[in-house]
Amino acid sequence: MTEPDPKPKSHGAGDLPEPKQPPALSSGFERGVEWLRGAGDASDVVLSSRVRIARNLAGFPFMTTAERADRAQVLELCKRRLMNLALGEGRRMLWVDLHTATPDERDALVERQLISRNHAKGKLSTGAGGQDEPRGVAVILPEERISAMINEEDHLRLQSIRSGLALDECLADVDWLDDEIEKGLDFAFHPRFGYLTACPTNVGTGLRLSVMMHLPGLKMTGELEKASRAAHDMGLAIRGFHGEGSEANGEFYQVSNQTTLGKSDAMLLRELNDEIVPRLVGYERHARGRLLGDRRETTHDTVARALGTLRHARLLRAAEAMELLGLVRLGVVCGLLPEVNLDTVHGLLLAIQPAHLQRITGRVLTPAERRSARADLCRARLGLR
Amino acid sequence: MRCERCEREATIHEVIIHQGKTRERHLCESCAREAGLSSDPHMPISKLLSSFMLGPTAGPQSPGKPRPHQPAKSVVRCAGCGTTYAAFKETGLLGCPACYEAFSERLSPLIERAHEGGCHHVGKFPRRALRDCRSLNDRDRLEVLLGSIRERQERLESLRKALAKAVRDEDYERAAALRDELGRMTDLMEGAETE
Repeated sequence: MTEPDPKPKSHGAGDLPEPKQPPALSSGFERGVEWLRGAGDASDVVLSSRVRIARNLAGFPFMTTAERADRAQVLELCKRRLMNLALGEGRRMLWVDLHTATPDERDALVERQLISRNHAKGKLSTGAGGQDEPRGVAVILPEERISAMINEEDHLRLQSIRSGLALDECLADVDWLDDEIEKGLDFAFHPRFGYLTACPTNVGTGLRLSVMMHLPGLKMTGELEKASRAAHDMGLAIRGFHGEGSEANGEFYQVSNQTTLGKSDAMLLRELNDEIVPRLVGYERHARGRLLGDRRETTHDTVARALGTLRHARLLRAAEAMELLGLVRLGVVCGLLPEVNLDTVHGLLLAIQPAHLQRITGRVLTPAERRSARADLCRARLGLR
Repeated sequence: MRCERCEREATIHEVIIHQGKTRERHLCESCAREAGLSSDPHMPISKLLSSFMLGPTAGPQSPGKPRPHQPAKSVVRCAGCGTTYAAFKETGLLGCPACYEAFSERLSPLIERAHEGGCHHVGKFPRRALRDCRSLNDRDRLEVLLGSIRERQERLESLRKALAKAVRDEDYERAAALRDELGRMTDLMEGAETE
């Protein structure tokens, strides 16, 4: 892992050999993702944990004012650095140039939570930019746990995503990647403001810790509002399944920190991983306990009907399928639907998304065909044996 | 509770604590929108920043309500990338690393508000740059990384105060984290100065 650093002060572009030929965007995308494995701490409530840090290269303008040539150069510098990392036995780096990838490939990466929607479109939050903006993503295979977006809102967004409550391990992953990249590239840093980012809401550590929580118990007992207000009061943001601006279909919520300045990485981690999330997990488990106590029959009926619909429907919209899968997941983790395998449910959470559906069926589908194909898939995977 | 501008039910409550004084505002959805307070939970952070943190004058003006004429002010422009402060207010995004210095005076209170009072970076430093500054014994570079002696002292002082408060509050886990941070920071500064 310790690589000699030939010229500490340069940006490293001339020091490294040409990047190795990256593996192509493989057909492995039909496989499940590790963060949907359903394992890890508190995995009955916490689906996955994600840590992301924002970095910008010193000496380059931010994406907001960067000329195309700057963006191309940033992309090239980051690509060379990333493609030459020592990854360890059995691992390899997948590189995707998003400006030349097909819309289907970009959508599949969004669904696997490897890139943001804006990065897929090549747009900043201001609406500036477009599909041919030079930008990319690097993903360490086979786990797809650690990845880097290049030329999103910041030059580099490094992330790690794992199953269950594992923010500490995710932080260690991105910390390693950050250090490895920094051996060859200088980051924009200010003594008072810390790591500099295009948006001042990310400045400081540039660190965003998020957990994807499944909170159907709180929803069904009418306590979600209360829990959500409590989370807001603790300085957290709550968003839907696909992050910023998305709906919380199936009662999946992303909970993340909002402040990045004035608290160290370790302090932010401790607050979320050891205090706030366990408390929310406790609320949800308590709510589920009530559903399984005096409301057991009603709850059993609700989750069994959801399974029934998935087993027999001929047309399913994505939002409806997510709702139903959310209920079935509740039934499975509470032991009400012993005949259903949790892996199957988790696999479907990804497989019913439009781009994955097209990859599985092997053809481009119209929205109407997608509804039909989605229902076919649910029937096939959840059907009565 | 009624909206303080009209008779509708107040659904947005804002509490501003400034220099120890508390001011409250209670508004209904539509008055809050006019006052530039958003309640949309899905609003992207950058928009939230321009509509809330930067105050009601930020962002595009609503049609039919032209911005009242204001006397011309000298335009602050970043020497690094040419971005104006007005452009930042419009988008919530800065143009380059130098913007932080160029707009430092106006940015600092906004940043402090967005980060719940956090105004000094605590945590990781770029290791490579730190190693460079050590090997070169470059005082300027040290200042670029860790700030002036006064700033370094201020930062240590604020950490010490936070630690004392955590101990007073019997929040020992927080105190332990702060102690680690303080130790790390002291090592970093002493290490960088002695080499």
